[in-house]
Amino acid sequence: MVPITTFHYLVVAAALFVLGVIGVLTRRNVVIVLMSIELILNAVNLNLVAFSRMWGNLHGQVFAIFVTVDAAAEAAVGLGILIAFFRNKETINVDEIDLLKW
Amino acid sequence: MNPAMNSAVTSTMNAGMAPIATPWFFYALAGLAVASGVAVITRRNAVHAALALIVTLLSVAGLYLMLYAPFVAGVQIIVYAGGIMVLFLFVIMLVNIERSSKERQFNRMWPVGLAAACALMALFVSAFTKGRTLFPDRMISLPESSNTQQIAGMLYGEAGRMGQYTFAFEIASLLLLVAILGAVIMTKKKI
Repeated sequence: MVPITTFHYLVVAAALFVLGVIGVLTRRNVVIVLMSIELILNAVNLNLVAFSRMWGNLHGQVFAIFVTVDAAAEAAVGLGILIAFFRNKETINVDEIDLLKW
Repeated sequence: MNPAMNSAVTSTMNAGMAPIATPWFFYALAGLAVASGVAVITRRNAVHAALALIVTLLSVAGLYLMLYAPFVAGVQIIVYAGGIMVLFLFVIMLVNIERSSKERQFNRMWPVGLAAACALMALFVSAFTKGRTLFPDRMISLPESSNTQQIAGMLYGEAGRMGQYTFAFEIASLLLLVAILGAVIMTKKKI
């Protein structure tokens, strides 16, 4: 049995990252687009913690906590925008959000 | 890292990696994370996608435990699976999912998006196959019992001195305050 190394974690994180990118680029529902962004941030966190383990210090874990703080702020603001938009236009589809176009 | 500490770390390092769990445990968690990640981006019902995302977050928390990061795993479960996902579920309840689950789920440009994501995946594959040797096979064991204490020392400072990340920590609290204000103001009907 091959022992689990940093490389294994990087592969898992890359898979999650690509899944998140696919979700952001192809889905129409804004809620699911925001969830895909959370997937991307989680992939980055997994990379940071794996590198923290690889180098044997805790800077990566502290950075992962800061990324989590960012994710919370981003989710709150994004969902706030979504509710404000839904109140005005009755839609949550990305391709119907075109108020700034003329 | 000084040489004495280095040798101490090396002596606690064991030959393989898996002191906590077997490699099978890693493969199970990774498979669960990727499978429910696929479910997140394919489900028609947004509530199902949210539940699949919770499964992904919990299995990533398990991976953090395998990486000797119990505090980050706890933060992941409490903040992500407990806080952010409840926020998501509330918003899904507020906007009507009945109509949007009957509509077309993917936007008109989805082949382009999928092609771009495939290009990104090809980039990852080529970088990882070429750079495989950059990553050492042996991983350093971190002391698990004092993990939270050390992170607290870096965030809040220890022995009367400011920690390395104390200023960044304060800025993060300011960021959260701004995010709270923004969310409240945007969701108010009349300001």
